[in-house]
Amino acid sequence: MSTLHAPAPAGEAPAVKPATFAQALNTALADALAADDGVVVFGEDVGTLGGVFRITDGLTQRFGRTRCFDTPLAESGIAGMAVGMAMNRMRPVIEMQFDAFAYPAFEQVASHIAKMHNRTRGAVRLPIVIRIPYAGGIGGVEHHCDSSEAYYAHTPGLKVFTPATVEDAYLMLREAIDSDDPVVFFEPKKLYWSKAPVDLAELKDRYENRSPERREGRAVVARAGEDATLLAYGPSVPTALAAAATAAAEGRSLEVVDLRSLVPFDDETVAASVRRTGRVVVVAEAPGFASVAAEIVARVQERCFHSLAAPVRRVTGFDIPYPAPKLEKHYLPSVDRILDAVDDLQWED
Amino acid sequence: MSQTVETPEDPILRASQTFGITPEQYMLPARGEIRMVDPSGRLLAPEEQGTGPGHEYPLPARDVLLDAYEKLVVGRRVNDQNSALVRQGRMAVYPSSHGQEACQVAAALCLEEGDWLFPTYRDTVAVMTKGVDPLQVMAIFRGEWHGGYDPYEHCVGIQSTPLTTQLLHAVGVAHAAKLRGEDTVVLAMCGDGATSEGDFHEALNFAAVFKLPVVFFVQNNGYAISVPLSQQSAAPSLAHKAVGYGMAGERVDGNDLVALLATLRRAVDLARSESEPLLVEAHTYRMQAHTNADDATRYRDDAEVQEWIAKDPVTRMRAYLGAEGVLDEAAEQRIAAAAEDVASALRDGMNADVEIDPLELFRHVYTEQTPQLAEQEQFLAAELAREETGQ
Repeated sequence: MSTLHAPAPAGEAPAVKPATFAQALNTALADALAADDGVVVFGEDVGTLGGVFRITDGLTQRFGRTRCFDTPLAESGIAGMAVGMAMNRMRPVIEMQFDAFAYPAFEQVASHIAKMHNRTRGAVRLPIVIRIPYAGGIGGVEHHCDSSEAYYAHTPGLKVFTPATVEDAYLMLREAIDSDDPVVFFEPKKLYWSKAPVDLAELKDRYENRSPERREGRAVVARAGEDATLLAYGPSVPTALAAAATAAAEGRSLEVVDLRSLVPFDDETVAASVRRTGRVVVVAEAPGFASVAAEIVARVQERCFHSLAAPVRRVTGFDIPYPAPKLEKHYLPSVDRILDAVDDLQWED
Repeated sequence: MSQTVETPEDPILRASQTFGITPEQYMLPARGEIRMVDPSGRLLAPEEQGTGPGHEYPLPARDVLLDAYEKLVVGRRVNDQNSALVRQGRMAVYPSSHGQEACQVAAALCLEEGDWLFPTYRDTVAVMTKGVDPLQVMAIFRGEWHGGYDPYEHCVGIQSTPLTTQLLHAVGVAHAAKLRGEDTVVLAMCGDGATSEGDFHEALNFAAVFKLPVVFFVQNNGYAISVPLSQQSAAPSLAHKAVGYGMAGERVDGNDLVALLATLRRAVDLARSESEPLLVEAHTYRMQAHTNADDATRYRDDAEVQEWIAKDPVTRMRAYLGAEGVLDEAAEQRIAAAAEDVASALRDGMNADVEIDPLELFRHVYTEQTPQLAEQEQFLAAELAREETGQ
């Protein structure tokens, strides 16, 4: 039995039961459906089955087929129908079953979802959330492990969120659903089963009644440090934290910034950290060429050039199609690669 | 012995029961295209109209026809005025629907208040017939902004340039309305070439699966810019695609305003009462090039164009209404004057310079401006200020 499951000793506050990342997302959807009649959830297999990752588990049973329902197998149809429903006063939350299966919807996303507010000079708002399970590390077969965030982050009019913790999974999904702008919500698949001692009922109360600090456009320092900054998001955050823990044991203090909102981007938090440490490694799973990681490097050097003691380094995926399961370990950013990159930051000692 | 006939839940089965025909007979279009007035303006006898059991279309009332004729004449005038404005350099581009105005007018007039229309870039006349100010419609072609009107004001989606993507938006609007228990009907327009697009298939399938009141209206004008329909589809009829989705289809003479009004009106009524989608294909012709940038002589013969001049929707309707005594000289003059007024307002509007604040470029990207866009707006503002002071 893990200590987290041990009964609390008499006289102490009971330990919070751990919740998984997937449970946090599921609860956020349920709470949003309960809070607002306009919220509808749809996609492939999200109804009776509860989603291939069970993120929509129980929603159809609890809220009925008018609130959470299966669609025909057609991603452009799902995204395009969401546009019309959002135009007609609803808040669709749509699921793309896997990252690479979202590509058929790209025209609807890039040409309409991203542009409608602009084309109508603000008359039409499209409060749509496009949930995309993304990235690798789960031994997935082809087309199931892409990190496709750059396509969306590059498209003006879309917001792009990617939580890395159980708490952020809940709060950021609620925020995305309540946003009047379309949000592409990237869920790191390999974190679905990660756990943390988070009280989801308390989060609901915090979100609905105690106006918590917004996550949109706000990065967070996930681990404070002094010698160098690791900038990471989504599935790379736990890897960066593991690297920082190892570095600490070796006497080097690394700060980890979890970017979590790629659009809008939090230049302030990033720049503050970089100016303090003077050394930076950007960690991301997507291929590095023309990537979000590349954009971050450019922004850091534009803003913090004089604070930098070394060129900014990147640890990203290679510029290759995502590998087959037996080879993915060679592709993914690892603790060793991150520590090697840190070692390269022109230390004087 | 009394017998209770159960009313089936499926709208197709219900309709076939209502009309005493098989579901296949209900879904398949009538044998020919529906035509009520021939090109010379003669009202056809019922047995000549191409109708059949379950495919019957009553003649619209005289006041409906006269009102529609006025919109037809105004639409023709607007098309020709806009083409002239393009030649004079007052507008960047105008895809004219000259020749297709009967489809345009009927698409808007078959809808009730609160019903939605989802048009394409060529459907300017339909958009203004639904009530949108022509000057606002023209903002997009004048190059002021990528859209000029508020879709909510007259329930008209923005004119879509990507093909058939708007059909899915129509499906979504109808779906949201249905979930709320509203009886909104949505009419979605596209052309013959657009039926090759994947979203055409996805939209029809979604509408049928979710049983949504959407009328898909295909204006088959024979060409997608230069490519004839024979290279677009091997199907001898587009309306028959409906049956593959489990919905009813119909073909109609797209230059016969009377038949269009009757067919689309009934499609809208069926969509509303049965909560089911329908597909209507109209056979028409684009008399002018795709846009001013196109040269139609490269892909079609003048003889073909001449043939269609004889089928013109405006002269046909004028001859018919004149013969019926609905349209007299006074009414004709009043309508011509009304069309001139619209054209003159368009000319005046297009000749007046519109100042657009370049900083508005940053205002509608997100509902709340991001720090990055605020920074970029400041950059442009400073650049503009320098230009103004000549520094």
